[in-house]
Amino acid sequence: MSHHIVEVRNLTHTYPDGTTAIKDMSIRITHGESVALVGANGAGKSTLLLHLNGYLTPGSGTVRIGDYPLTKETLREARRTVGMIFQDADDQLFMPTIYEDVAFGPHNLGLPREEVEKRVNDALSRMGIEHLKKRPPYHLSAGEKRRAAIATVLSMTPDILVLDEPTTGLDPRGRRQIISLLREFTHTKIIATHDLDLVLDLCTRTIVLHEGRIRADGQTGAIFSDLDLLDECCLEKPLSMQGCPLCGRQR
Amino acid sequence: MAETARSFYDLKYIDTLSSLDSPVHRIDARAKLLTTGVFIVCAVSFPKHEISALIPYFLYPAVIVPAARIPARYLMERAAFLLPFAVLIGIFNPFYDREVVMSVSGIPISGGVLSFVSILLRFVLTILAALILMASTGFPGICSGLEKLKIPRVFSVQLMMLHRYLFVLASEAVRMARARQLRSFGGRGTGIATYGSLIGHLLLRTLNRARRIHTAMLSRGFHGEFHQGRPFRMRLSDAAFTAAWCSAFITFRFVDLPQAVGRIIMGAGS
Repeated sequence: MSHHIVEVRNLTHTYPDGTTAIKDMSIRITHGESVALVGANGAGKSTLLLHLNGYLTPGSGTVRIGDYPLTKETLREARRTVGMIFQDADDQLFMPTIYEDVAFGPHNLGLPREEVEKRVNDALSRMGIEHLKKRPPYHLSAGEKRRAAIATVLSMTPDILVLDEPTTGLDPRGRRQIISLLREFTHTKIIATHDLDLVLDLCTRTIVLHEGRIRADGQTGAIFSDLDLLDECCLEKPLSMQGCPLCGRQR
Repeated sequence: MAETARSFYDLKYIDTLSSLDSPVHRIDARAKLLTTGVFIVCAVSFPKHEISALIPYFLYPAVIVPAARIPARYLMERAAFLLPFAVLIGIFNPFYDREVVMSVSGIPISGGVLSFVSILLRFVLTILAALILMASTGFPGICSGLEKLKIPRVFSVQLMMLHRYLFVLASEAVRMARARQLRSFGGRGTGIATYGSLIGHLLLRTLNRARRIHTAMLSRGFHGEFHQGRPFRMRLSDAAFTAAWCSAFITFRFVDLPQAVGRIIMGAGS
């Protein structure tokens, strides 16, 4: 299927205050790929993500989602196709209860009530949080909120999932749960993160951003073995690829 | 600043109460809204020296509070917490209005004292009614109730979002205040100058968050309309609830029951 493609061509973006966050960037992500976006703080990850669902418009260059370029006319379809999961779950959960929050997207798509109900229940059970249905979001733990935030997007049946820092602020088990859930998804995944071990677990391909440009793009294993590259881009080898801190033995 | 944190957790508590189940919780939000509205209008519309006619209104909290399983102690505490505001409004009345209007077993009572007591009574009544509504309906319920009563959607959505992000904003404010307190020694650094900067930062953070929330809404196809999930059904019992209480309130308003009862007793005695 060709419609799960994300293509960014010669994208440049300058914020109103004059900072150029993205310079002449080109990426092509094809169906079913799981791609990590890594890079230092301020390397342009978030700015790039905001272009993928049309929240920011390119200064120059184009963004194509599926078979269409992203324009005002295709915005609605693009936003259904690309499910965005934000870094702070509190930003994503704004309705009085989790149920209503997960139903928010499907309702806006104009689906009939029974279909909305079905989708909400599917999304909740997929994330294992049916029991939280009637709870207001501010009574939940960070891990529960994160799963709820993912459910709000799943209910729109997106083809492409875009996640911004899906594991920050979670305890180790919560982090592990999110990773296992994400691994089961067959969607095309784009994950911006500093959690390099997560990248190693989930992503076959890694794109390294540096000062608004693509510094490297390739197999995750190869990228994380290139120490000079990692050093230049303020990154480190994932912990699981480093030697044992007690005996120094390499894996 | 501990006070900020306290009132914040208090809000959460009233929210927890509203998620319980009781006959009162199950009543349609519109019915409760209307009843509370009529209650408040009736209670505040008495002439300024009225005391005895206000007493029957305590019947409403006395019946509803146990029925809704709201801890009475909590309500008392809340009312006591807010009482200073009412005291401030009425405290000068006894000094301005010294004309003696009645005397109880020889002790003259001035109009000012009467109106002061009247203010306090009305205050307690309205606070109780509002808290009961909040604790038995919940904020989202009140908002959708308002909407069904044809209040413009903009307002109900605004209220709902306000309530949702009150918790986020409050916890942010509490964290900032704590950080400041931990680094200000002997009261230094707690002055108005840092306070201004703190509030400014809070505003900027809020604006940023508002922008992010808007992005999140847009990404999920938001185009200016909210869908409320729960269908509203006004049952006969809900209508009966409103009708019964409202007619009671209006009766209390025009018939001074304590006085009437007093007259009957006196009449029987003579």
